[in-house]
Amino acid sequence: MTSLGASWSGSSVLLVLLFSVLVLSPTLAIHVYTHREIHGTVGSHITLSCSFWSSEWISEDISITWHFQPESSRDSITIFHYAKGQPYIDDVGTFKERMEWVGNPYNKDGSIVIHNLQYTDNGTFTCDVKNPPDIVGKSSQVTLYVFEKVPTRYGMVLGSIIGGVLLLVLLVVVIAYLIRYCWLRRQAALQRRLSAMEKGKLQRAGKDSSKRGRQAPVLYAMLDHSRSTKAVSEKKGKGGLGDSRKDKK
Amino acid sequence: MLVLLLGIIVLHVAVLVLLFVSTIVSQWLVGNGHTADLWQNCSSLHVPSAFQCQTSSTNEWLQSVQAMMILSIIFSVLSLFLFFCQLFTLTKGGRFYITGIFQILAGLCVMSGAAIFTVRYTEWQIPSDDISFGFAYILAWVAFPLAAISGVIYIILRKRE
Repeated sequence: MTSLGASWSGSSVLLVLLFSVLVLSPTLAIHVYTHREIHGTVGSHITLSCSFWSSEWISEDISITWHFQPESSRDSITIFHYAKGQPYIDDVGTFKERMEWVGNPYNKDGSIVIHNLQYTDNGTFTCDVKNPPDIVGKSSQVTLYVFEKVPTRYGMVLGSIIGGVLLLVLLVVVIAYLIRYCWLRRQAALQRRLSAMEKGKLQRAGKDSSKRGRQAPVLYAMLDHSRSTKAVSEKKGKGGLGDSRKDKK
Repeated sequence: MLVLLLGIIVLHVAVLVLLFVSTIVSQWLVGNGHTADLWQNCSSLHVPSAFQCQTSSTNEWLQSVQAMMILSIIFSVLSLFLFFCQLFTLTKGGRFYITGIFQILAGLCVMSGAAIFTVRYTEWQIPSDDISFGFAYILAWVAFPLAAISGVIYIILRKRE
């Protein structure tokens, strides 16, 4: 009975192990990420960024390799190798004195920078990372295009025109409302001051001073003038929802 | 005066629909079996009995036409929204200035978009004998005076009670 039980528990443990290996093993690989394609201008520099994810701790034996396949050729040459904590940069090939190691394996970053781009740098760069014991994984490729000047991304002109016009209109509307608000406030203050003046003058003298009070302040005349011009424009204006212009006064 | 109000709203919505159709439908330039619009070129020439579409070029002028059409739609929608706002908040006897201004702006945007397209379409489309303007292009030109009229009506309109 005990032997049966032992064999049963043994086989179940085996099953669980098999299951975990089959299901979990795909994730026990190293994943490398780069851009798909990058654009650079002749003479400037470009950063070939490569980041990776490993399920193991980053060990000292980690190795990062960059290969380069020119556009018109089928051969792939190694241009950079990092092993045992030391970067080895190409100092005899086409990238002689143009390459710079800016990565940090412990930061999961394996990027390099290429200065002084040439048209011969058009091609595919492959980033390959191995972190023993985690060595199974796909490397990642990035295609470099070298232009005379970088073409503007699609949608820049579109977005900038739309954004610019909308902002402009918003600004104009806000300014118009501010001006109107200030003008209305100024009108209200003037009205208050004038009514106070009229009250004061009426108290002091008779009807003559009240008449003078109406004519003396120049601002009051302006107010009157503006109201009269509004009346003129109302008469000129056509149709509309109402004939209540007279009611407005 | 409810009829007048309804008529104005119908005109505004008609302008909006014209703008939408003109921007979206693929009929700005038509040739035999080949249509092109602001966003893609479709042709059934290379592979007969199959309609293939590919995105249009990234020419700056084409992008500016696209921007103008989108802006006109935005302004027209804003104008409709502001009309309803002003209908309930404007003082008696006041005028729908903002609504009219936005509608006129929408008309101006459509006009400038269609004009730029007319002048510069050879840059992204090889002119040939059988290429002619499609109905979406005509709709854009029709939308411009309608939008202008609608905007002017809003400006001379007055709110009652």
